[in-house]
Amino acid sequence: MSYRFQFDVVLAQSDRFIEGAALTLQLSGEAIVFGTVIGILGALARTEGPRWLDWIVGAYVEVIRNTPLLVQVFLLFFGLPAVGVKFTATEAALFALTVNLGAYATEIIRAGIEAIPHTQFEAGLSLSLTRLQIFRHIIFMPALEIIYPALGAQFTLTLLASSIVSVVAANELTTVAQIIEGETFRSIEVYTITTLLYIAMALGLRSILALLGLVLFRRRRVVQPQVRMSGI
Amino acid sequence: MIHQFGIHDILYLLSGAGWTLILSAVTMIGGGMIGFCVALMRISSSHVLHGIAVVYIELIQSTPVLMVVFLVYFGPGIFGIELPKFPAAALALVVYSSAFFAEIWRGAIQSVPRPQWEASSALALTWLQQLRYVILPQAVRVSLPPTVGFMVQVVKNTSVTSIVGFVDVSRAGQLISNATFQPFRVYLWVAAIYFVICYPMSVISRRIERKFNVRR
Repeated sequence: MSYRFQFDVVLAQSDRFIEGAALTLQLSGEAIVFGTVIGILGALARTEGPRWLDWIVGAYVEVIRNTPLLVQVFLLFFGLPAVGVKFTATEAALFALTVNLGAYATEIIRAGIEAIPHTQFEAGLSLSLTRLQIFRHIIFMPALEIIYPALGAQFTLTLLASSIVSVVAANELTTVAQIIEGETFRSIEVYTITTLLYIAMALGLRSILALLGLVLFRRRRVVQPQVRMSGI
Repeated sequence: MIHQFGIHDILYLLSGAGWTLILSAVTMIGGGMIGFCVALMRISSSHVLHGIAVVYIELIQSTPVLMVVFLVYFGPGIFGIELPKFPAAALALVVYSSAFFAEIWRGAIQSVPRPQWEASSALALTWLQQLRYVILPQAVRVSLPPTVGFMVQVVKNTSVTSIVGFVDVSRAGQLISNATFQPFRVYLWVAAIYFVICYPMSVISRRIERKFNVRR
């Protein structure tokens, strides 16, 4: 192998990598917060709202979940200005990530709400809890506990998918990596470092979500033993 | 040259969609085969195999698909090899998808209760026979809905390979958009083509899930 790795020229740019990573974290953090809010509202609309609202939210979910994020970013950034709505690259990126996560979160949270038996709701009524109390203590928190792992996985996917918004030069980590690659021509070194940064961020996010899960759901922990087979 | 968006462009988009489908099919087959092997390693009682599988799955699931594509596309340059675009795109997506297929099938296999293993081993079946005749037929039922669901992700992930220049339907859309200056219209077409490919799979995935849940 005659190739000489030159990490030093790339590592000299570490400040820019860190800036890019910070913007990635900020973008995906905001997308996670706003996307979850959309998810809660969407799930409520689908389970409690009138039929026409259920239909509209359902169409939103299906369209977003069955088209790639890349095309959604293109439509928002290049397509909407053509019909008069303008965004900066970072705004388009945040908007696309939020709308994307919102659709997945809607479906995940709805599944959680529908997993709560209706009799629980009636039991809450018979204890003369208010509708809000019933929603909070009997439907939302238990539902959240059921779907927490799926929601957390979706958050991680959003963090990783944020690399795709580099196609509109949103200045996050992947965009920075592409610029540095263009300057130094050290593709492998640049993308190795970038990949390691993403892995670190993803593992960090998953650890934080796991800790948050322990704090949020303290009452019930069911641990199932894993089946391992003998033979190989 | 700026031209009007017309029938030629739609045909060009459809030929791009053909490449999207071919790339998706290769990814599903290749990723499925490697994923199955990794799933078996993951449930193996050998600590070494188990450890390798866990690290492989965790690393890939914590990496953006775009980074896998970049590394596979630029990586062989170390050895002075330049991979053509299709094999590079396919290899990257196969590696990426295999980690997800592995986790889906690992979960399905482990959802089969342990006594099934014990019972079949009491019948003197070999390990391969246990897997083939007792465990897999039950695991397949559980794994079908998430597998088909993940196939939708596979199709969508192929769009990322357009960033390194593979001419799938997304790249075709970009090229036409640059030539016609009608991005909104072009990307709506692109989105519609993806939707037509993906939506039926989503519906099938949900149908299978409902069917199996009712029977249980």
